[in-house]
Amino acid sequence: MNIGTRKILDRSFTAVGIGSIIVMAMALMIVVVPIVTNGIGAVFFTGTIEHRKMLFNEFTRGNSENLSSEVASSERYRTNVYKMLSGFEAELETMAPEKKSEYKAKYSQVRMALQGLLGPLPGDSAPMLTRFKYGQTRWEKAEEKLHDLLYESKWDNSNPDVMSKEYFVSRAIGFEGTSLVKLFPYVKNNLEKMLLPEFTFYWGFITDSSVDSHFFGGIWPEIQGTFFLAVGAMLFAFPLGVVAAVYFTEYAKPGFLNSMLRSANSTLAGVPSIVFGMFGLAFFINTLKVSESKSVIAGALTLAIMILPTIIRAAEEAILAVPKTYREASLSLGSTKWNTIATVILPAALPGILTGGVISLGRAAGETAPIIFTAAVSVGSAIGLADVFSSPTPALSWNIYNLASEHEAASQIRHVQYGMVLALVSIVLLLNLSAIVLRARVSKKLKG
Amino acid sequence: MIVDAKEISESAPVQKATREIYLPPERRKITGGDTTHISAKDFSIYYGEFEAVKRVNADILSKYVTAIIGPSGCGKSTFLRAINRMNDLIPSCHTTGALLFDGEDVYGKFTDEVLLRKKVGMVFQKPNPFPKSIFDNIAYGPRLHGVNDKKKLMEIVERSLRKAAIWDEVCDRLDKNALGLSGGQQQRLCVARTLAVEPEVLLLDEPTSALDPKATAKIEDLIQELRGSYTIMIVTHNMQQASRVSDSTMFFYEGVLVEHATTAQLFTNPKDPMTEDYITGRFS
Ligand SMILES: Nc1ncnc2c1ncn2[C@@H]1O[C@H](COP(=O)(O)OP(=O)(O)O)[C@@H](O)[C@H]1O
Ligand SMILES: [Mg+2]
Repeated sequence: MNIGTRKILDRSFTAVGIGSIIVMAMALMIVVVPIVTNGIGAVFFTGTIEHRKMLFNEFTRGNSENLSSEVASSERYRTNVYKMLSGFEAELETMAPEKKSEYKAKYSQVRMALQGLLGPLPGDSAPMLTRFKYGQTRWEKAEEKLHDLLYESKWDNSNPDVMSKEYFVSRAIGFEGTSLVKLFPYVKNNLEKMLLPEFTFYWGFITDSSVDSHFFGGIWPEIQGTFFLAVGAMLFAFPLGVVAAVYFTEYAKPGFLNSMLRSANSTLAGVPSIVFGMFGLAFFINTLKVSESKSVIAGALTLAIMILPTIIRAAEEAILAVPKTYREASLSLGSTKWNTIATVILPAALPGILTGGVISLGRAAGETAPIIFTAAVSVGSAIGLADVFSSPTPALSWNIYNLASEHEAASQIRHVQYGMVLALVSIVLLLNLSAIVLRARVSKKLKG
Repeated sequence: MIVDAKEISESAPVQKATREIYLPPERRKITGGDTTHISAKDFSIYYGEFEAVKRVNADILSKYVTAIIGPSGCGKSTFLRAINRMNDLIPSCHTTGALLFDGEDVYGKFTDEVLLRKKVGMVFQKPNPFPKSIFDNIAYGPRLHGVNDKKKLMEIVERSLRKAAIWDEVCDRLDKNALGLSGGQQQRLCVARTLAVEPEVLLLDEPTSALDPKATAKIEDLIQELRGSYTIMIVTHNMQQASRVSDSTMFFYEGVLVEHATTAQLFTNPKDPMTEDYITGRFS
């Protein structure tokens, strides 16, 4: 090959390499940026007075004097709305029957939109669900709700050849000629005064339990559950994995049984996690009966089985990477095999073993399938350490899935879902980061 | 030149542990008795089928320095590592014949190899300190054997480092990682580490081959210092080194112990023509 082509090939290879790295970085950005921005929105947002009321009532957090003065100022503007409503209700009674029923239907839509915005209106019976006890707690959602109040959404089906299209009709036009027509501009102009939006740093998102299945409140039970499950899995899998790795590398005689065990271990590492979930249910709960039904301990054991092969492999590799000369040095000083392993081999292999362990910890924290049948519930409060043998727990991975697919009001609480995703990603990232730091520190100590 | 092993070991007279092999007259006073410390009787070492050391008969006397020379691959390391059973690490390795240490069979059924290695220390070709502090490196052996008292450990550490002539260089940084030392210092540290368990025998497998001339000189000085206190066996491919530091020399060729004589005799007046060829550099 002549020098020209060689150089061109070199350059084009460099270009392809850099290009693929850029593509990867961009893909990562596309995934990460929305997660981060939306997830942060669960903690930092513009909250309304409804949010502060909710915090005070459900978590007794906030200053009651400030709150009541705020409520008073907001009520000053709300009373006008209430007056308009009761005025229109009186007007309704005076209308002709068919006109009355036409307006009544429209009016009930208006009331619903207002309830979503401001919370229960005078004359409403006390709602059962907490989510209906308050108006909009987040300002950006309140603006959406305001739109719902001002406009009715309709679907244009006139042309059968194209998909029907949504279009909006002002509700004010529908109430032309009645007293209610004033309501719409009034709410539009005074919404801020009724809801008193202000910048909110809701740290309770991390530390609070959820209220009314994640409508309000935070994700502490999920975070704690994830922590219990991952650490619990580690407590089982790490010692077991290291012992197994020591056995494989130091004690096992090469032979049929040994190679069978090794390939079984490799195979286990590739088994889909849902299979571990089913296995956990069948084995730990139905057969061993470690708990009546789902429990943290059953989930942790299942996760432990799942990460065990990875830990064994990492530990094996780390042990095999320890220079043979350390072993020789130790043995030549009159050390027993066991002593050599404990005082020389394992300490020298520690960085690798720890890295494997922490990465497995991250994996255990992130997996959903193994805990579906063994440990996870969609709504629950944080459990005490003593309850791990009997209680299931919510966990980030499972609740993200739940909020995305099964929650009845998922679209209204996307921010919670994003918050959970961000929390989970941060936890896993933090674990991996600590693995790197730990590894660096331990190997620095070894290198001197 | 291919030599039939059987022919040699049968034709060559069994090397007797006599004063003549070991004792230059001026050394006789220092060492006193001439007890046989290690003795090989028709001792062979195999890697699987391959006989790496062939029917060696030799007596190694207590408290002398014995050098082992020979071309690369002739079985020097194998023979040396057999003495403290480091070859146990190689699964295919096995032995026939007898190797006696203090009259007891090293490969006997009831031999405790851990106890044996405590008495027979080894320093390897490449310095191999543990990735621990200098102090912990030296204290490793004594701790293993039950010394835990901090003061006593400190005593042992200082004594061992002094014996290995490295105390002055490291006394102010005992808590620093041993891997931070230079190669020559590391090797002397390894000697000190071995001395700390108070062995009777010191096996050195080409201890200077990874070192520069200055560090090599220090190690050689060290061997001179230790001479008379320990039974020392040193493998070297450097014949000047062998002649400088040892009392007696064994010449191996293709697994066969060709000649074992006082160092002075082996280098000035070798009995075997092959030895002569080797020491005059006709092959290597
Ligand atoms: N672990 C081993 N497995 C098989 N053969 C080996 C092994 N170690 C050394 N040998 C062989 O044994 C012979 C002697 O090796 P060795 O004792 O290391 O020689 P030397 O130290 O004299 O250079 C060589 O032929 C070498 O190839
Ligand atoms: Mg060698």
